Amino acid sequence: MSAYKIIDHEYDVVVLGAGGSGLRAAVGLSEAGLKTACVSKVFPTRSHTSAAQGGISAALGNMGEDDWRWHMYDTVKGADWLGDQDSIEYLCKEAPAAVLELEKYGVPFSRTDDGKIYQRPFGGMTKNYGNETVQRTCAAADRTGHAILHTLYGQALKHNTEFFIEYFALDLIMKDGACKGIIAWNLNDGTIHRFRSHTTIIATGGYGKVYYSATSAHTCTGDGNAMALRAGLPLQDMEFVQFHPTGIYGHGTLISEGVRGEGGYLVNSKGERFMERYAPKAKDLASRDVVSRSIAVEINEGRGIGKEQDHVHLHIDHLDPKVIDERLPGISEASKLFANVDVTKEPIPVVPTVHYNMGGIPTNYKAEVLTLNGSEKTVPGLMAIGEAACVSVHGANRLGSNSLIDLVVFGRAAAKRAAELVKPGMKHDEIDKNETDRCLDRFDKLRNSEGSNPTSELRLSMQKTMQSKCAVFRTEKTLKEGVDEIRKPYDGMDSLSVKDKSLIFNTDLVETLEFDNLIRQAITTMDSAYHRKESRGAHAREDFPKRDDENYMQHTLSWCNGSKTKINYRPVHRSTLTNDVQYFPPQERVY
Amino acid sequence: MVQLNLPANSKVEKGQYYKDKTGSKNIRKINIYRWDPSKNENPRLDTYEVDMDNCSSKVLDVLNKIKNEIDPSIAYRRSCAHGVCGSCAMNMNGKNGLACTKSHSELDGDIDIYPLPHLKVLKDLIGDLSTLYKQYESVEPWLKTSKVNDKENIQSKDDRAKLDGLYECIMCACCSTSCPSYWWNGEKYLGPAVLLQAYRWIIDSRDEDRKERLKKVADELKLYRCHTILNCTNACPKGLNPAKAIAEIKKMLATA
Repeated sequence: MSAYKIIDHEYDVVVLGAGGSGLRAAVGLSEAGLKTACVSKVFPTRSHTSAAQGGISAALGNMGEDDWRWHMYDTVKGADWLGDQDSIEYLCKEAPAAVLELEKYGVPFSRTDDGKIYQRPFGGMTKNYGNETVQRTCAAADRTGHAILHTLYGQALKHNTEFFIEYFALDLIMKDGACKGIIAWNLNDGTIHRFRSHTTIIATGGYGKVYYSATSAHTCTGDGNAMALRAGLPLQDMEFVQFHPTGIYGHGTLISEGVRGEGGYLVNSKGERFMERYAPKAKDLASRDVVSRSIAVEINEGRGIGKEQDHVHLHIDHLDPKVIDERLPGISEASKLFANVDVTKEPIPVVPTVHYNMGGIPTNYKAEVLTLNGSEKTVPGLMAIGEAACVSVHGANRLGSNSLIDLVVFGRAAAKRAAELVKPGMKHDEIDKNETDRCLDRFDKLRNSEGSNPTSELRLSMQKTMQSKCAVFRTEKTLKEGVDEIRKPYDGMDSLSVKDKSLIFNTDLVETLEFDNLIRQAITTMDSAYHRKESRGAHAREDFPKRDDENYMQHTLSWCNGSKTKINYRPVHRSTLTNDVQYFPPQERVY
Repeated sequence: MVQLNLPANSKVEKGQYYKDKTGSKNIRKINIYRWDPSKNENPRLDTYEVDMDNCSSKVLDVLNKIKNEIDPSIAYRRSCAHGVCGSCAMNMNGKNGLACTKSHSELDGDIDIYPLPHLKVLKDLIGDLSTLYKQYESVEPWLKTSKVNDKENIQSKDDRAKLDGLYECIMCACCSTSCPSYWWNGEKYLGPAVLLQAYRWIIDSRDEDRKERLKKVADELKLYRCHTILNCTNACPKGLNPAKAIAEIKKMLATA
């Protein structure tokens, strides 16, 4: 192995990732007086939180009566009863304060006539336990994520958070089952850095890029998830991949659910508003898994639009152009750029597109990472938040606008918990040299790959397999084929080709490390999907069309060593956190 | 005698030529600026023949195609691919823009791709934006309010509308790196991107620090190096108008 110079750092807490959740955690940690490093492979405002459009949910009641318990019920139902209700209670109860805090930070929320935060209707968000639509999603036009991300970065600057930007994290440093920090590669100058910390908070986002067509950024490679797998920890509920109903056909760019919230609707080739058939009450504002499946059925049954009859249309041309201009300006821009459509005159061609990972690193509502060791156990020194985490508040299907609120509520919770566990200036453990070597061996091996398979080819093969074998509808046959096929790109790494051997901004190697991260998550996703023989939320099995609470009201846990997985289950938490609200027992899920 | 030399690495040499291997009838030449800091060589312009029949519509798609299929060593930043993260700002046929929103069909002839102008190059198309980020920090981009109650600030629709055209900035730096004043005085002049952000906080009706904020930017170098050349507004891929924001700051100072 080449000799790498290692630069050592000591921090009370290391936050890995600088999107919405990572920044919110970093702000809280700095406020608590903990010496905090925030490490990110991209400059904070480049993080994928910036792409969130429609809004952030919280029962503020600015646009009519609302109650966090109604929000909780909607989230439990949206999750198809796979969410942990203690965590969901925490999320919904804390949400209003978290949004008001963002407003105080300076987020430029859109306003109501009386100057309060504007809220719009969103899929699955209802009044009085499923009765009628409620306006709960707080919006900054259709650029809510961008506005929140930039504001949180400003707050982090205000609190003098120490950033390590364009550092690519390689692995967790583990000792006796506890996390002691991370090792990262500085892309700017090629040096290797070892961060020792009492708590490491993984906030690395989702792994949408395992699919060929996704609304996700190129950087959504779930690096933290893969680091957890390599540390011998399980990932949870990986089979639950959200397809957003409205990605721009052919390009995958997201068209916010806020479009339907503001009155947009879907039609098939016959000009029918088909959602009326699938969700008579909520119609176009049913939850995302329901709408995506409905579109897929329309297309499968020959009512798709276009030469290939492979997409549907989203109309907002009936809306007042002034409303579009004020509330959906980004959508107009994206539709023009990527579909060449003037939304005031023509419909937008859309198709369900991979958008969000409900699965991730299992945690409790305090953001502490869990593993299964007989029963649920926390992993000392390790936390996870945001899309990387599976708290699980989104269960089998996340409601639109519940992700942004997840970021800030659990970002704050993580900081709070870390401040309880870590006291400023506590002494650090020695780290075994083997642990550093194990990580650098992998790095060095990948860097010096001299085989014949370019990373881009293996990645494409993985993405095509996920797209065809682990899509909106799944069967035993497609999944079985998928389980075999998805291992081929993994095996292809035996003869990997990395052309660039340098260490400064070697993006060939970055993409290779990202692929090594992605493929492990692709494998756990496929295997978890294969083993869940029921339909629940985003996991729709044609051969098992019903939900099976008796056998599968459980979280899937999946360990992955090389390309071998181990699947186990842990029960869903069937109780609330406090007596402020009653447990919602499973019901049939209709919209 | 004084010897006049160009700074190191400013002479771009002819680089490698990658001939099409697909047999495509629809070939376009893409010239890309290459520089590797680990080699003691001048920058060069590599040329790639790209099969445009099998390439999506944006310049970023061309770059990804080259990186995936021809030369994995080429380095550039990219993330969201739809114009909101600001990573893939670069200079294409002489104009700054985002590779992910720029259609190659809008560019004539061979496509020349360079890093954003007048930045220290870290590698290939990756420029060093650290100075701009520090300047951004210097305008204290956070709300200053003494209100501590648990209610939101009330802001009228009209006051909120004053933030439109400002808060959408994605910090891609297309504007600042197209500004001759910023090229010349980039260390001291804040430049259009940062001044747009300064104005975003100055004009926010919720902020209680307007006077101080104005005082801070009212500086010969920080602000008044803007000579209304308007390259910034011309370059902004989001259709924002930094020149107008700067003019508004000057107006507020003049009438204060």
